[in-house]
Amino acid sequence: MVGEGILKGMAETARNFFGSYVGKDRLTTVQYPEQRDPRIEAARSFPFLVYDGADWQQGMRCVACQICEKECPPKCIFIEKSKDKKPDANEKLQFYPAVFNIDISVCMSCQICVEVCPFDAIKMDVDYNLSTDDRFGGLLFDKQRLSKSNEYYNAIHPTESAVVDAQFAVERARQEVKARAATEARAMAATNAAPNTPAQPASSEPR
Amino acid sequence: MIQTIDQIFVIAKHWLLGYLPAGAQPLCSAVLSVLSIIVVFPMLFAFVTWIERKGLGRMQNRYGPNRVGPCGILQPIADGVKSLTKEDIVPITADHAVHFLAPVLLVSASFLDYAVLPIGRNMVIVDLNAGVLFFFAVGSLMELAVFMAGWSSRSKYTLLGAMRAIAQMISYEVPLVLASIVVIMQAGSLSTVAIVNRQAAYTGIWPHWFVFTPWGFAGFVLFMIAATAESNRSPFDLPEGESEIIAGYYTEYSGFKFALFFMGEYIGMFATGGMAITLFLGGWSAPLSFLTWIPSYFWFFAKLLTLIAVFIWVRGTLPRLRMDQLMNLAWEFMLPMTLLNIVTAGVWHFMPAGSFRWFVCSCMVIVPCILLSRGLKQKKKFQVRTYHFSQ
Repeated sequence: MVGEGILKGMAETARNFFGSYVGKDRLTTVQYPEQRDPRIEAARSFPFLVYDGADWQQGMRCVACQICEKECPPKCIFIEKSKDKKPDANEKLQFYPAVFNIDISVCMSCQICVEVCPFDAIKMDVDYNLSTDDRFGGLLFDKQRLSKSNEYYNAIHPTESAVVDAQFAVERARQEVKARAATEARAMAATNAAPNTPAQPASSEPR
Repeated sequence: MIQTIDQIFVIAKHWLLGYLPAGAQPLCSAVLSVLSIIVVFPMLFAFVTWIERKGLGRMQNRYGPNRVGPCGILQPIADGVKSLTKEDIVPITADHAVHFLAPVLLVSASFLDYAVLPIGRNMVIVDLNAGVLFFFAVGSLMELAVFMAGWSSRSKYTLLGAMRAIAQMISYEVPLVLASIVVIMQAGSLSTVAIVNRQAAYTGIWPHWFVFTPWGFAGFVLFMIAATAESNRSPFDLPEGESEIIAGYYTEYSGFKFALFFMGEYIGMFATGGMAITLFLGGWSAPLSFLTWIPSYFWFFAKLLTLIAVFIWVRGTLPRLRMDQLMNLAWEFMLPMTLLNIVTAGVWHFMPAGSFRWFVCSCMVIVPCILLSRGLKQKKKFQVRTYHFSQ
């Protein structure tokens, strides 16, 4: 009979129409500003810079090596290397970015900067509430706006940051061992060298 | 008392006119009637856009607009402000005069339709003795407006959309008019007021609406299908097929002109819905004899809102037709059915009243409908398509 399928379809839409007033579980919409879905760990929006400790300038992991700037496909990162050096997390003197800008209106959230960073200094954020009424200044993030603490990174990507922190701990331990070995060697050398200082040139004589 | 409430708008108008000099009265009477139409129906349009978005949302298990005002009731106002403040872009190669006139013509043509629609007892702007003819003649103006819009924008999408719209609207105008002929035959008049008066009578508690006869019911269904196509609504919204031609003939319109197109289409839809009510559903008359104490204009708008709800329901259900399906439906199914329906109405008129007349006329409608749909289904052959011009 002609129109049978149409009537069946009409019954289906009517069932959905009235069902949405009866069963609240049908309505899957999340009412955004009031309700939020739980944060998804694997989500990513735009990159941010990680810093250790309390001071964002002192603890900045970035050493301004500019690899991310070169690798960025849409060229949204702009870095200016500092003239002086500051100690990094491992107390080693490093350059730091004097200027670090990311234009998030250009960024395509590809995560390549994160993949290439050898210092685990740049990571992907999950914050998406970034709308602004200033489409130039409001979307150009400077160093201060990009800097976020390691605790924040731990909170948004727990699994990933655990691996990074473990690597840092191993590295730090190795550095410590090395440093201790160095000081011990220096001490040993000092104790050994102190009584017979003139012996040193003599020992090099056979070469 | 009931009489006064029923006629309150007519009385108010005469009371207002009483303060004017006799020479100015005919003109002011016309202006007052037109003003009330121009105020009421755009408000209904605003309300219906909200209802439609809510209803479609619920059919898809969404909330629909719920931010502006309680339950989103102020959404149309926000939309209006938005479209008014948007930049009005006219393509540099467009024909500026025609590009400007197209939405104006569309809206004015759709408003002209209301001149002959009886909204309540004694509430019609002009009681033309060729009212139905006037209605369809003015309705055809909308096709001109659509083509003006498509042609003057100087874009291939608008032109394709306009061509589709013209093909569709002209094809469906034939069954639309033929479906309404049965009512004109039965009422013996082209005047909409006479047609409604003919239906505003009761046997027991049941009204004499034309939809409660075999030919009237078939005519009503055919009229509604054709009216849906005529107002470019889903499932017949090919002229604005987003996936192929962006927005059809109003692709190049923005801001308030786009809003005018939107309004013109809805106002035209209400007008054809109002015509369906006038022809088949007894116009302003109450559905049961003991409900006549409720004012006549209430019944008209109640029926109109019911028809609009059906329009929305159909829109939420059916997918868009293909162009050949659209044309086949118009010429191979609707046209023979409307012609048969005219014969049925003639048979009904000349047979003595009784259940035998009902049986014969029902068979005359149902049997051809089944046979025709069966035949059209069997005629469909699936084969490898050959393209003549692309090789």
